[in-house]
Amino acid sequence: MNAEPLDFQPGLARRRRAGRLFTLALTAAGLAGIGFLIVLLARVLWEGAPSLSRDFLANFPSVLNPPKAGVKSALWGTVWLMTMTVLVSVPIGVATAVYLEEHAPNNRLTRFIHLNIANLAGVPSIVYGILGLAVFVRWMHFDRSVAAGALTLSLLIMPVIIIASREALLAVPQSFRHAALALGATKWQTIRAHVLPAALPGIITGVILAVSRAIGEAAPLLMIGALTYVAFVPEGPFDAFTALPIQIFDWCDRPQPQFHHLAAAGILVLLSILLPMNAVAVALRAWHTRRKAWQNSGI
Amino acid sequence: MAELRNMSVTDSRTRSATRRVTAAPDTVISAENLTLGYGSFVAVRDVSLDIPDRKVTAIIGPSGCGKSTLLRAMNRMNDVVPSANVQGRLLYRGLDIYSPRCDSVELRLKIGMVFQRPNPFPKSIYKNVAWAPKINGYRGDMGELVERSLQHAALWDEVKDKLHQCAYALSGGQQQRLCIARAIALQPDVLLMDEPCSALDPIATARIEDLIDELENRYTVVLVTHNMQQAARVSDLTAFMYMGELVEFDATETMFTKPGRQRTQDYITGRFG
Ligand SMILES: Nc1ncnc2c1ncn2[C@@H]1O[C@H](COP(=O)(O)OP(=O)(O)O)[C@@H](O)[C@H]1O
Ligand SMILES: [Mg+2]
Repeated sequence: MNAEPLDFQPGLARRRRAGRLFTLALTAAGLAGIGFLIVLLARVLWEGAPSLSRDFLANFPSVLNPPKAGVKSALWGTVWLMTMTVLVSVPIGVATAVYLEEHAPNNRLTRFIHLNIANLAGVPSIVYGILGLAVFVRWMHFDRSVAAGALTLSLLIMPVIIIASREALLAVPQSFRHAALALGATKWQTIRAHVLPAALPGIITGVILAVSRAIGEAAPLLMIGALTYVAFVPEGPFDAFTALPIQIFDWCDRPQPQFHHLAAAGILVLLSILLPMNAVAVALRAWHTRRKAWQNSGI
Repeated sequence: MAELRNMSVTDSRTRSATRRVTAAPDTVISAENLTLGYGSFVAVRDVSLDIPDRKVTAIIGPSGCGKSTLLRAMNRMNDVVPSANVQGRLLYRGLDIYSPRCDSVELRLKIGMVFQRPNPFPKSIYKNVAWAPKINGYRGDMGELVERSLQHAALWDEVKDKLHQCAYALSGGQQQRLCIARAIALQPDVLLMDEPCSALDPIATARIEDLIDELENRYTVVLVTHNMQQAARVSDLTAFMYMGELVEFDATETMFTKPGRQRTQDYITGRFG
């Protein structure tokens, strides 16, 4: 077993050089991403900050008098839209995920449904707009109301919520379910008391990320015919509405530079809703990872 | 009120059972030509055995021989595996466990289970014990029940000052005793244990073995183990399984001193497995 020494040529210098090069490339890619974001933010701030004021939030939009124009109707429209979207999409999405993960038999139909939900998450939002126009606006006669917009956006984010909730449920150790069932719990008691609470932070994170996608969507709302100029706040689900992305889109579309400043200020308002939402999602995820003792204890 | 009466009935039965040690023990669980499979794969083949009341029955055999499958049939935990199937009969005090008349939720109240790896809920020690009694409508003093269960599981002294801490702060052995406390809080008739010590160190194992000795007077224990010394130490009867079949089932002493089958002899003397 004492063979002649094997011939190795480690080429360490070359390998180290390749490693350094790669590190450099990765750092550059990372910095480029952050750099673009900073430039973008700086530009929007530069253009929009001067128009940002209490009046900007409290005034309705005005075509004739740009300095007095504001986002009151768009802001409230977005609030209405998002509240209704969450009320519709979260219960249905989470219930669907629970059904698929905890109840559905593992057969071809279930796998087919899984596949299609994944595909639906990738469908362009304008397609949901076309669907919303046909079903909610025309067929159900909701017109260009908050309800039609919220239902359309609900369809848009439902696949994302289902997928995120499924993953969260999947991450709950099987041993919790077995422990509860062996203690004489019904399936629903097991899910209610142990599976859902363990999955909840993951579900909430998914919901927040889905809603922050919906909040910036203009295309499907334009498709269902949401108004661009609205000088009132919706008072019920069947009132007409506008929303921040639509208002921004409308201002960008106008030739006069004053409107472009308004658009930038509108973007800042949108961002100031979005960024905290994402921060909460990130914090929740971090907190949850720390709290998940069962992952660290090797149980 | 009904619960209280129920509990005292259970208590008196426990006492009379312990007094009746010399009488022929009656059968709690009885398998009749039981065959268990996953899809077309047969994991347990044509097993017949009677598990006596208030005794510790050990099931031993090499890994993969079907011990867990047999044990999990006894409280219908195999139901969670969609492909699992059953032939033959399995009776719990005369009730066919797999007949439509038997409700698996009700059955599991009578036949509790402790798993291979400690699996406490990610909740406080108190809530781990109190949850099952709560959902099953226990109307008595919950604090007292939690204390009594933890005492019976020989854990009370170690946790009485931190009942509201998360169960994950406990050591593996303590977690396993918590799982035992959680199971006995429902005052089950039978306690199924699937290699309860295989994830534990020797000291924690010894404590659980002592505990099983104490539990014997109150519960019928069915203990799966791959550790023959453990079977010899704690059990009254031992069943030896090999490749899905029940090779031999007898008093533990007989099994370990003069087994009837060559294969049992080989396994016990460590010639294979
Ligand atoms: N959920 C399952 N699906 C399919 N086969 C299984 C499943 N669980 C166990 N088996 C198979 O059944 C046989 C017996 O397993 P098990 O009862 O767990 O053995 P033991 O507990 O004696 O180690 C093994 O061959 C195992 O691969
Ligand atoms: Mg096993």
